[in-house]
This record gives sequence, C-alpha cells and structure tokens, in this order.
Amino acid sequence: MNTHPNRRHFLGGAGALTVSVLMPGHVAQAATNGLEKRPPLDPRKLASYVSIQADGSAVAYFGKMDMGQGTDVGVAQMVAEELDLPAERVLVLAGDSGTSLNQGGASGSTGVSHGGATLRNAAAEARFVMLEMASKQLGVPVEDLTTANGVISSKSTPAKKVSYGELIGGRWFDTEVEWNGQIGNNLSMKTRAKLKDPKDYKVYGTSAPRRDVAYKLMGTGDFVTDIKVPGMLHARMIMPPVAGSVPTAVDEASIKDIPGAKVVWEKAFLGVVAPKEWDAIKAMRQLQVTWSEVKPPFPEQKDIYDHIRNAKVVKSGGEGKMLKEPEKVEEAFKQAARIIEATYEWPFQTHASMGPACAVVDYQPNGTTTLWTGSQKPHFAGDGVATILGIKPESVHAIWVAGPGSYGRNDAGDAAAYAAIFSKATGKPVRYQGMRNEGTGWGPKAPASVHKVRAGLDKDNNIIAWHFHSKSFDRLNVSSNESKPEDLLGGQMLGATPKPGNVYGTPAESYVFPVKQQTWETIAPLLDAVSPLRSSHLRDPLGPEIHFANESFIDEVAFATGKDPVEMRLALVGDPRDRDLIKAAADKAGWQRRTEARKQRNGDLAIGQGIAYSQRNGTRVAVIAEVEVDMKTGKVRGKKFTVSHDCGVVINPRLLTQGIEGNVCQALSRATHEEVKFSKENVTSVDWETYPILDFTERPVEVDVVLINRQNLPPTGAGEGSMRPVAAAIANAIYDATGVRMRQAPFTPDRLKAGMA
Amino acid sequence: MIPKKSKEDNVAKRIELNVDGKAHSIDADPDMPLLYALRDDLGLKNPKFGCGLAQCGACTVLVDGQPVRSCVTPVDSLGAGKITTMGGLVKDGQPHKVLAAFIEEQVPQCGYCMNGWVMTTVSLLETTPKPTDAQIEEALTGLKCRCATHVSIMRAVKRAAMA
Repeated sequence: MNTHPNRRHFLGGAGALTVSVLMPGHVAQAATNGLEKRPPLDPRKLASYVSIQADGSAVAYFGKMDMGQGTDVGVAQMVAEELDLPAERVLVLAGDSGTSLNQGGASGSTGVSHGGATLRNAAAEARFVMLEMASKQLGVPVEDLTTANGVISSKSTPAKKVSYGELIGGRWFDTEVEWNGQIGNNLSMKTRAKLKDPKDYKVYGTSAPRRDVAYKLMGTGDFVTDIKVPGMLHARMIMPPVAGSVPTAVDEASIKDIPGAKVVWEKAFLGVVAPKEWDAIKAMRQLQVTWSEVKPPFPEQKDIYDHIRNAKVVKSGGEGKMLKEPEKVEEAFKQAARIIEATYEWPFQTHASMGPACAVVDYQPNGTTTLWTGSQKPHFAGDGVATILGIKPESVHAIWVAGPGSYGRNDAGDAAAYAAIFSKATGKPVRYQGMRNEGTGWGPKAPASVHKVRAGLDKDNNIIAWHFHSKSFDRLNVSSNESKPEDLLGGQMLGATPKPGNVYGTPAESYVFPVKQQTWETIAPLLDAVSPLRSSHLRDPLGPEIHFANESFIDEVAFATGKDPVEMRLALVGDPRDRDLIKAAADKAGWQRRTEARKQRNGDLAIGQGIAYSQRNGTRVAVIAEVEVDMKTGKVRGKKFTVSHDCGVVINPRLLTQGIEGNVCQALSRATHEEVKFSKENVTSVDWETYPILDFTERPVEVDVVLINRQNLPPTGAGEGSMRPVAAAIANAIYDATGVRMRQAPFTPDRLKAGMA
Repeated sequence: MIPKKSKEDNVAKRIELNVDGKAHSIDADPDMPLLYALRDDLGLKNPKFGCGLAQCGACTVLVDGQPVRSCVTPVDSLGAGKITTMGGLVKDGQPHKVLAAFIEEQVPQCGYCMNGWVMTTVSLLETTPKPTDAQIEEALTGLKCRCATHVSIMRAVKRAAMA
C-alpha cells in the first residue's frame, strides 16, 4: 500500500520545493477560464455538476466541503476515475452557493458516500456524452472508442483521436440529467453510463495530496477570518452573565470615547461595532449593561446525571423487534438465570474549535447579499441569513472560506446570523468573530447522557436477552441545518422559539442476541432559548457515548462469564465483515487472550490493553487501545492505538490514515479530558484552562492503522467512524490495567483514583 | 477580565514595527495587542486569534527568534525587536524547512493552529538542531491543536530536524 505522499507536483528539481499556493479565490478564477458565463444552477443540468476546461481538465462543483480531512481530494479522485483523468486534473470547487448545488454541506461523513457519489455519476455521464460527441466527430462507433488521460481514441485506429478539451473545453455541457428531486445530502442524479468496473480502478487507492495545506501554512490563502470588505465594521457580541438574562439598560455613553464604536441592541441581541477590531473588543469590555434578574437555569453540575435520570420523558424511541411489546423483553429477562447490568454516564462536551467562529455579511437590501462563512453548511447558512434578514434565499450568495475548525454544528452558523443582524442594523458590511468564551462556552454542546445496559444470561452463560437504554437531552435542541432563525442564537435573541428535534440514537453493531432491544428517552432542555447548553451535533454525534456504554458492557459481560473480550465479540457479531475487522485488529495489535483484568505493572505504571468495535452507516472500525495508568497520580496515557478500518473501497489510503489518526487523538482527548463545566448560572468552561484538551505530550506514541480495502463495495464514509469506539477501548484497557471499571467519562485522574481507592 | 479603561488610554500613538524584514509605522493604542497590528493594520493573514489569553499559540510570532504570543503582547512593548510571522518564513516563494516539512507531512486539518507549532519548532531547531523526543515535547507542550493532528506534527518536526 502506498502511504507516501504523491510528490510529483510537490518536489521540483534539485530538491527545491515548488508547491501549489493557489488560494480559493484564484482557484475559482482558474475554474472559469475559457468558460462562458455559467448557466443558472439547476440539478437537472449536467453543467451544474461538472465541466471541462479549455485545457481538457475537469471541474467538479461540490455542494459539500472539506474541513481538513481531504474530502475534496477523495471526490476529485472519484470524478477522475470515471473521466479517465489523473486526479490532479480535476479541480473541486466546494461550498459556494454560486457555483454548486446544495448537497447538504459537511454532514454525517457523507462527503464521499453521497456527495462524491453524485459527482462520480456526473463524471460518468460527462464521459458518456463526450464519447457520443467523439463518435460523431471521428466517424467511429462508440463501442470502438476508449478513453485515457483525457483523450478519446479509436481502439482499431488509434490515430483517430480527440481530446476532451477539443471536444467541449471551455463550453458547458448542454445535457439534461435525471435528478432524484432531493436537495441536501440525498441530492443525486442518474447516469446513462455504466460505472467503471472496480477491477479497472487506476485513481482509487492512490494517495493524491491535499490541496489546502500549502496555502494554510504559507499564508497565501484566506481563512474566513481574513476576509475584508471595503467599509467593513468589526463586531462583538455582549453575552449574558447569567444564561437566560436579557439586557434591560445599556449605557451607550460608556463607550463614547472609543473611535466609531456603536451599540446594536434589539430585544435580547446586544453587541457593539467599530471600524477597528481592537476598538470593537474594547467597546465590548467597556460597555455598561444592566441585565434582568432571572432564576439560575441549571442544576448543580454534580447533580446533572440525577437530573437526567429523574427528568420527565419528552419522547422515546429505539430499535428492536419488540419495541412495541416491551413486556416481551422483560419476559425474556425473567427466563434468565442471571442478569448483569451497568450504568454509564457521559458529560456535556463542546466543539471548542481552534478559533471562535467568524463570518462576514454584506447586506444589500436591493441586490445580492454576500455571506462569507466557515460553516459546514454554507448553503443552509445562507438560507439562515436570508430568513434572519427577511429576504429571499436566492438573494444571498453564500461563500465558504476555511474556518477555524469544524467538527459539526459549532458556533459558525450563529456567527453568520450575528453578522447579518449587525450588517442590517448598521447598513455596513460587518465582520463578526467571537471571543474564546463564545467558542467554548456558548457554542452548541454534545448532550450529557445516562446509559443503562442489561444482559440476561442462561445457566450456561449464554446471553439470551439484551437491553440497551439511553436517557439524555435531545440530540438536536438546535438543528445542525442552520437555515432557520430558531436554530440560531441570534434568531432566538430576536424572539424565534426553538423547536427541539426530540431524537436520539442507538448503538450500531451486528451482535446477535435472541432478544435484543435498544431504546432511548429524551428530556427537556435545561433552558428553552439562548442556552449555552443547547445540544447539537459534535463529530460522530452520540457515537462516543453510546458505544462507550455498549462496548464497555460487552467487556463486563465477558469477564463476568469468564470469556475473552475478542473471542466474545467474534462469537457475537453477525456480519462476516465485522469478524474480519476484529480479527485484523487483534492480530495486528498482538492481542493477548485474557478472561480477567491482567493488571500488568511496570513500576508505578499499570499497563493494559482493551478492544472496542462499532459500525457507522456501513463503515466499521475496531480499536485496540494500549494504556498506561500512573497508579500514584491516576493519570491515563493512551500509548498506542491499533485501528482496523473497513469503509468499503479505499479511495485515498494516506488521507484516510491521517484522518483516522486525527479522530483517534480527538477521541482520546474527549475520553480523558473533556467535560463542560457549569454553575447554576452559566457554563464555566470558557477557555483552554477550563476546558482542557489533549496536550502534545499526551499524544499516542503510535496509531497503527490497518485499512481493509473492499474494492467492490461502495465507500461508506470515513470522517467520523474511527471516533466512535475509542473511548470504550480506552475504558476497557484501563480495566485490564487496573481492574477499575470506568463508568463515567472523562477518565480523569480523580475518577481513576476514586476507583482505585 | 480586563480592568475598565479611562479615556486617555484610547489616545493613539505612533509605533514603529519591523515585521518580516520590513519597517512599518502605525498609529495605535499602545496597549493594543500586537496581533491586531499585524492582522488589522498590516493585513497579514498568518497570525490567528485563537483565545486572546496566551493559552493556545494560534497567534504565535517570533520576536528576535523567540516565540511570542502576539494576542497578549502590547504593540508598544517591542522596541526594535524583529518580528517574524509564519508568512515571513517564505523567501522567494520557498518555504523554510519547517514549513516544508509540515507541508510534506500534510499536517494541518483546519490549519488554524499552525502558527504556534511551526514558529515554536523554528525557534527550537535554531537552538537545538537535533532535538530528542523529550526536547520536542518540552518545546511544544501547551500548544493546542483541536483537530488533534499531534501524531502528524511529531512526524513533521522530526522531518524538519533531519532536513
């Protein structure tokens, strides 16, 4: 397997570096060279998905975007494969509502599986159309034509040939396609062409390089924070000291000495603007505000899990044949010779993206309003700006520019709404960026949860009944789609009422039990609107917590019944791919069979190894964690992670591997450090001191990745699957090392020491 | 919390800065952090606002070769100090060996934190050209990468040290 970078376009002669430093704006410009004015975007037109430039290279118009894992490169490879072009001759333009259809933005690891698949179909259709054109032009039947490197030639008379550029370069395809009528993740189109046979893949499986690395490092391209518009003001929000309170009096005179500083105040929305950024920050700090007295909205942090357990159920749901007959599940448990059960708890966690979100809005009531955003869903964020401004969605041009980190529905959509409100109020283009406390404290949260798992065993220790149950806040107090005012803090401040989604989730695995029930219950939010604890999607929504519980409990049952955790999983999984996966991880990691905690020691360090596995929308990942626990301090170090990964066909092994490494380290951070702290008044995790994450000194020494390439299976997404089982693997390794079973995350020294006491 | 300011604090002062080998002169509040002079007044893109609290490193620049958190460094405190931003590590289109190593290792995901890692590594390799793992950890501890590219960062630092 090629795990080395593709250096063809990287290393020049004599070792000199010649790197592509194209910034997004230049990329956009390059993409329209030689092309006439773009026809209106229409999902029924092939031209909306793909075009051929004058030089014969291709452009794919991607209505999703890459947040740094290289999704755009994977999509370029998929398009290149169907067009018989090298990957570097496919440019992917992403996340601009002026150039791409709304394919749903970054969402649920569907960049390749959905977004890429649609553009691959478009590429196949484009090749089909060009073969027909070439057939006419060359006087050769289509069956006699072949394509290679952007040239169509006759198999029988190779001298007869024409390039893509000569056929249609610089002109738009005038081809209607069959669109499935959907917008967002499921937007799809059919192609008349037969897709390439996997045995003929040339571009899949190669490690084409990332395209955004050089400009991000050399400062030759924009982040959203770098966008400047003439006449632009800088804005900052004034957030309430007690969640739920609203401004009742604002002393505008308190900032009158700051040049150009002005207050923008409407209902619960309060902010300041100034021509200079530092002046906006000074005004934010200096403005005297009186806030309404409100009852503190939150329970004591120590009581959060009791609150969840005792709270009234708003909605319930789940998976299982006996979902409507829970009494039958209980009957099965009554047959059991023995019942094992355990409860697991997971805290609120936050995105805490590297920088607080930023957006620039230039509101033009009689023209096109422009939004520059780092949001994972720029098309939807543009719709959100339109509804906030009370204008038509089509009058907003949303442009995605790389933001300061994105792992789901973070503060980016809120930033877009704020900038829109400021721009409308001041009549100027406005750049808003939050302060650190807004990024960490006021961004949406992954909800805290309680999970109870029960297994009923017969007299021979076979599992005859299994019930997994979660109780938590709704996973979507605010939708990850940012198109509605009620889902945006600015919209809520102006009076929009949130409409919770009231949904949760269940574990994803292939374990086979005679009776298997997976249920959930949601409870009401702690504060209905403008809540710093409102829930939404954080990378692999619900995955780490649900599978922490499910996979820890599998180990608990294994040890309670004298079984080895790997053997037990191999015996229980019903899907042969999962069996291969678990075996691959165990073999690579040198799994040592055990039926109880081994409690290996090296001085003060307890050493352990633990496994966990899970599925995610067809992708499946097994992780074996090797940890050290300092028995004096209780500190856990995740030393090595062996990850077997099966997401169907592997498109780019190097980027996949690096994406897995990142997910493992971020999951390690969440498992060992991350817990949003709050008082009764407000969230108190507001910076890196109060919301610590993994430090460089705590990184794994090794992440050993085994990619299982299923050449004949479609790619099912790799953005999040390897986040999912890591916490459980760590918990299981801690148990192997110490005999202490972690049932509450994160696995901090205090919790370890409490367990060892 | 920053203490409330009196009016006279908002009087601008002429301040000279030497950034990436060029002399600049700006009128600014002397207490303004250097970061805003670099980004807002000089229009430089590399240093980033991450926390404003010197906790993350996204704003890191070198002052006379030493990594400094520009988000908490008053713009009037630099004297004749030579400031280098990450963009200043590119000479005639050629990236510094540390940048080149980070590019080759494709380190950044979102890329917003890179100033801290790169500038601190540049400073480390100046004083310690062949650092041990422990020396690398000692230099880089405290910097934040939320995308958690720590494993790639270590590879890049080692690659740069071998270059």
